[in-house]
Amino acid sequence: MTSNLEIGLYVFMLATFVGLEVIRKVSPLLHTPLMSLTNAISAISVVGAILIISSEDASALSKWLGFIAITAAVTNIVSGFLITDRMLKMFKKREGKK
Amino acid sequence: MIASITNYVYILSGALFILSLKWMNSPVTARRGVIAGEIGMLLAISGTLINHHHNWEWILTAFFIGSAVGVPIAYLMPMTAVPQRTALSHACGALAAALVGTAEYYQHQPHGFVMVALVLETLLGYLTFTGSLMAMGKLQEVLPQRPLTYRNQNLTNFFLFALAAGIGVRLIFVPSDAYLFPIFAVLSLVFGVLLIIPIGGADMPTVIALLNSYAGLSACAMGFALDNHLLVIAGALDGSSGLILSIIMCKAMNRSFTNVLFGAFGQVQPQAAKQEQRHYRSASAEEAAAILDAAASVFIIPGYGLAVAQAQHKIRELFDSLTRRGVDVKFAIHPVAGRMPGHMNVLLAEAEIPYDRLYEMDDINGEFPQCDVALVIGANDVTNPAARNDKSSPIYGMPILDVDKARTVMVIKRSMNPGFAGIDNDLYYMEKTLMLFGDAKAFVAEILRELPARAAA
Repeated sequence: MTSNLEIGLYVFMLATFVGLEVIRKVSPLLHTPLMSLTNAISAISVVGAILIISSEDASALSKWLGFIAITAAVTNIVSGFLITDRMLKMFKKREGKK
Repeated sequence: MIASITNYVYILSGALFILSLKWMNSPVTARRGVIAGEIGMLLAISGTLINHHHNWEWILTAFFIGSAVGVPIAYLMPMTAVPQRTALSHACGALAAALVGTAEYYQHQPHGFVMVALVLETLLGYLTFTGSLMAMGKLQEVLPQRPLTYRNQNLTNFFLFALAAGIGVRLIFVPSDAYLFPIFAVLSLVFGVLLIIPIGGADMPTVIALLNSYAGLSACAMGFALDNHLLVIAGALDGSSGLILSIIMCKAMNRSFTNVLFGAFGQVQPQAAKQEQRHYRSASAEEAAAILDAAASVFIIPGYGLAVAQAQHKIRELFDSLTRRGVDVKFAIHPVAGRMPGHMNVLLAEAEIPYDRLYEMDDINGEFPQCDVALVIGANDVTNPAARNDKSSPIYGMPILDVDKARTVMVIKRSMNPGFAGIDNDLYYMEKTLMLFGDAKAFVAEILRELPARAAA
């Protein structure tokens, strides 16, 4: 039997290698947008915050901590994706020099 | 039933995150990557919400406030301030992870491996939170950029960290010792501050990338604590991205991690100022314009000083003007030219300089001997040949742009004062170097005024 922990470690190991391979191929040109994109993606911790706040036996403390956590994470998601797109829009090739 | 739908949605969203990063490898597909990331995030959130119905009003209010704060940040933040925003969002992300860990602890007081993950999550979360705020303060220049050092600093930090780690281990074995948890949290917060205080402004690109990695790892630890594989995947992607970027930054400055974190660069060398007057040549904007006009190929070497002088748009005009004259203009960009990895590229792209004219150090260094004029604007240490020749120089071994190999070198600079690291640059005293004294923006504007006049003549 494989426990949840072991499956989790497999997932972690594979995701880390995929991450290293994929990110190594990103052009240094785009390192700043890359960082704001990964920032937005790591705000996936919002899922954890939702799980905490919406459990039936959530205490007042959990609710408040979860509330701040969701706010912080959603700020990251929204500003992260939008600013990445704003930056990427600026990267233009020279318009058709004929 | 619904629970298994959620799991499939998570798998899909994990795949989208990976695709999203994969598409970032080229500016052509990068915006598709952002869309993939957005869909992945949307799926993950809705997949979670269909399964959890309690306290909707709390969740919705938090979403509303988060969006209301996030949208203006994204649209109003000037591109020069992107490093600060990035540091701020590392802080937010880490805070979220730390608070979820704290709530989880007080709710369930978990045991065994879950507690190990939870301790890691909160430790990394809290220290990244305060550390990122400090980094942001330094970048915003609210806090002093100079490293703050005191006696036995590394010893104090080590002791504090050992104490926090010790309490963490104790909590892992005896999770019911609830009085220890706040102490643990506070120690982690304090350690975050102390970790960043001794690091100078010049090292911020590395530090930001490193904090990025920590924030990712704490999300990852949260995934283990909550047994949620999507969190593990997203956290691992973020963690590895931050790791790669910080390694690249370290290599670009020829420093090791330990050196960045414990070295307190920038305050060590007040350098026995060898005050021999060395000879240099200076030139006027008119002469500079004449040389640029006669050149067939011009490399522009931008540094952060260019952004400080707000000269990006003037540089674009110079680029346009020279290109119209048939001059081949390229930009040679050192990895640490900005305040965070890739920052200079964004600043130049914002000024509408086409990205296929922006060249990375390794791609362009071989071409310097064929370059007629190398125009250095706001960059200093990254052009200093001492990094190649002078073993006694503090920057010896740092990879530099081979500007000294160009046929003619022009440097726009306010004065002969040495740069941030306080190291004199041999480039300025070479026979073929012309110093152009003045504010970058004003001087480029002057060159621009001279250029058309020459065409008419």
